[in-house]
Amino acid sequence: MNRLLLNKIILVLSTLSAIIGIGFLFWILITLSYKGISALHLSTFTNDLVEGGIRNLLVGQFTMALMASAIAVPIGMFAGIWLREYSNNSKLASVIRNLSDIMMSAPSIVIGVFVFALFVAPFGSYNGFAGIIALTIMMIPIIISTTDNMLSLVPKELREAGIALGGSKHKIIMQIVVKAAKVGITTGVLLSFARIIGETAPLLFTSANNQFFTMDLTGQFPSLTVSIYNLATYPDEASRELAWAASFVLTAIVLLINLTGRYMTRNKK
Amino acid sequence: MNTKNLIMEVKDFDFTYAGVDDPSLKQINLPIEKNKITAMIGPSGCGKSTLLRAMNRIHDLYPGNKYGGEINLYRENGEKENILNLKKENDLIRLRQDVGMIFQKPTPFPMSIYDNVAYGMKLAGVKNKSELEGRVEKALKDAAIWKETKDRLNSSALGLSGGQQQRLCIARAVALKPDVMLFDEPTSALDPISTGAIEELLAELKKDVSVVIVTHNMQQASRLSDYTAFMYLGDLIEYDTTDTIFMNPNVKLTEDYITGRFG
Repeated sequence: MNRLLLNKIILVLSTLSAIIGIGFLFWILITLSYKGISALHLSTFTNDLVEGGIRNLLVGQFTMALMASAIAVPIGMFAGIWLREYSNNSKLASVIRNLSDIMMSAPSIVIGVFVFALFVAPFGSYNGFAGIIALTIMMIPIIISTTDNMLSLVPKELREAGIALGGSKHKIIMQIVVKAAKVGITTGVLLSFARIIGETAPLLFTSANNQFFTMDLTGQFPSLTVSIYNLATYPDEASRELAWAASFVLTAIVLLINLTGRYMTRNKK
Repeated sequence: MNTKNLIMEVKDFDFTYAGVDDPSLKQINLPIEKNKITAMIGPSGCGKSTLLRAMNRIHDLYPGNKYGGEINLYRENGEKENILNLKKENDLIRLRQDVGMIFQKPTPFPMSIYDNVAYGMKLAGVKNKSELEGRVEKALKDAAIWKETKDRLNSSALGLSGGQQQRLCIARAVALKPDVMLFDEPTSALDPISTGAIEELLAELKKDVSVVIVTHNMQQASRLSDYTAFMYLGDLIEYDTTDTIFMNPNVKLTEDYITGRFG
């Protein structure tokens, strides 16, 4: 009797907790959709911030995130490959692996401050490059860890089979091992992209924001997330509505990338 | 000993794994006869896989392992080469093209069936497309898997069954026309029917290559092999024709193992 009662209590508790957890998620999503969609117009996508739209913000955010990925993905992947395939699990490797894991959980505002001190303060102006550097720093450890983990799932027999067939180490790694881990690594890249595209803190005082459309990375650069942060604090109704619309669009983008990543993992073979 | 019919010869061979003081293999002497099947048997941890993996220097993938003694490979022209003296990566690659290896778990590469077989040849520098196609077909026929694969050469090798994957791996190795093929418990992950197919294949293969096989399955060793080596705790206890080892072994330990008294 006691045992059955305990079972029931645990069941009720865990069900409740699950409902509360998921409840918040749906609350956010529903509020966002409700407020966001009603504030969304076609002109939201065709106008720049100065005219009450988010066109330049979207372009700016994607430009910075894509350029950060272009730097972080190769660096992170090769670092991950070195860690798993070349380091022979030396002391140095475990130090780097730990440091990289710590970097992954570093508060993003700290990274923002760091980049501000190095790439903003000396030049006397916020600039897009600084934003890209901050995002790159955020992304590299995630890519390292994904690559490292995904490569560790490739059985060592596959490497040995490649070597036994007369392959050199680098050929087997690049042509077989990485290929075998391709789906996992691609998913990791997508998920880390989804992570940095929604970041505000690293951009807040690196690239800051720009109301106008620009591709000039040496000056203040338009950002969707920083705009949301700013707009939400403005007193006028129109700004706050735009903040809702922008938040909705951002969430939709992040969700879409995440789902794509998950879909890929599920269908891997 | 008459070395005329030998393809390989292990001489006073020691092997020590990285980070370990005691050698895992001690003073091993083992001839490998040309175009015969040599089986290595013994309880787990006796060093038979370790010895096999020295014969194509796959141990070199992991740093710090130490070899001692000689493992000679006899070339067509009668020249012998101590493979333990090879240092450059290119020489090791050449060795592995001459001495192929099949693993316990099938190891198809994540690519098409055709590309799996062509891969080793491409590594070896074969570029001519029609030559590749011809040799892929021949290798698949030699490995008795052509019929099952000829209509799906471009589909992924990962879609094959375990037994088919293992035969594909054999085809992949055969395609390089090796002198010796090393099999590390090639059937222990397979069902009896696939095992039968592989055993038939091995008997067929020895026309062209010399085979060394590590097996836990004593029936397999007695059915398949011409010579058998019994190993125990890093020593080679007895080597002789398979008939002698299984019917009339010289050493008591061998007899005890074969009759199932230990191991």
